[in-house]
Amino acid sequence: MSTVDMRLACKPADYRSDVKAIWCPGCGDYHVLMSFTRAFAELGLPPEDIVVVSGIGCSSRIPAYTNCYGFHGVHGRSLALAAGLKVTRPELTVVVASGDGDGYSIGGNHFLHACRRNIDMTYVVMDNRVYGMTKGQPSPTTEPEFDTALSPGGTGLRPFHPLVIALASGANFIARCFSGEPNETASVLVEAIRHPGFSFVEILSPCVTFRPDERAWKNLVHPAPVAATSDPAKAARRIMTDDGFNIGILYRGDRRPFQPAVGPPSVDMSELEKDFEL
Amino acid sequence: MTKAPGTPKISSLADLFAVAYQIEADAVDRYDLLADQMETHNNPELVSLFRDLARAEGIHRDEIRRLAGDIDVVAHARRLAAWGTGESPEQADLSGAHYMMTPWHALKLALAGEERALAFFVSVVGAAKDPAIKRMAEEFVEEEAEHVNLVQRLLRRYPEPPASWPNDPDPPVALE
Repeated sequence: MSTVDMRLACKPADYRSDVKAIWCPGCGDYHVLMSFTRAFAELGLPPEDIVVVSGIGCSSRIPAYTNCYGFHGVHGRSLALAAGLKVTRPELTVVVASGDGDGYSIGGNHFLHACRRNIDMTYVVMDNRVYGMTKGQPSPTTEPEFDTALSPGGTGLRPFHPLVIALASGANFIARCFSGEPNETASVLVEAIRHPGFSFVEILSPCVTFRPDERAWKNLVHPAPVAATSDPAKAARRIMTDDGFNIGILYRGDRRPFQPAVGPPSVDMSELEKDFEL
Repeated sequence: MTKAPGTPKISSLADLFAVAYQIEADAVDRYDLLADQMETHNNPELVSLFRDLARAEGIHRDEIRRLAGDIDVVAHARRLAAWGTGESPEQADLSGAHYMMTPWHALKLALAGEERALAFFVSVVGAAKDPAIKRMAEEFVEEEAEHVNLVQRLLRRYPEPPASWPNDPDPPVALE
């Protein structure tokens, strides 16, 4: 079936698997899942041409809930897995799902180098500013005054600023979304997937169980007042000075994606294996 | 003829039936999802209430299918890609869910959905030029208005819970 035919045939439900999604009631990740399937339907991509790769955490459950190919990988290593996949199978659409703990702490170093390499894939981080799956420890994006039984007196640490880091490291597309606006998020995801190179989409996705205060995010988010820029200096100024609730595409770069030539292996694998024989 | 944001164009009776069918089908899916969530979180009263709501919407969905006669509303709705990028009006708001929510909260969510569906069909009536579409849309308006009244009557059985309703006697350790 051609892509045009698929566009006519696919509805968001066609990208959902039969696996029941399990998150807390009210969790923003339900909406993110909807945004994924709506974006895939809008792009008209056959499910078998999409791979959703994830690490560990609540947000990383997403691959199981789609009927695309999926890889629920190692904690913090989703980008490394996805990069390997994309360079060897460039015809596939690769979307990586992560959370603020998995992506910015355990996988922080991979994040920097994925931005730098600029391989054509889309990295979606569902940021709830807490480790939800392990019951509420502070994450790299948690506010310093987050005072709980698990972080008495707060962390006192300056939060990680993922969008600034992404820009400085070379990401080619940067956006911020809010899970409670699934249609707008789906539109941004469509653009992120279409944009060549490494696209980074941070989705503010409330953890209603360990951060009930985040239910108020729906009243704080607002559309970015200016259109996306392709000037990194302008983007840096905007991202550094915004209030963290500016929603929309903030930067569209024009760097050429990194795609090494892929051909048949230059070395016979059986020859290599000989060295490891016991 | 009629195009609310994110909705397919309604230019025939078949379109109207398909959209009406899809609205109810989407509502069924959403209530089932909420019931599943409550099952996972051991809130049996809400499981039963959301299943009942899903069953009620399922009856409406099947009724529309019957009303549509020879029109294959399922296939037509699929071709229209109804709510492909929009939010189906009658679907309960997922972000309003909570593992300790009460029937009052569930019915408030349901009421908001019914009111959105009512507003949608009112807008279809307002925009319709074809008398047959207008007539049928008016019937849907009456139907949705009845649903709004029904949910309001159900709500009277459940007083608004005190502000302490989300206080878990065994709270997540991070919130202790």
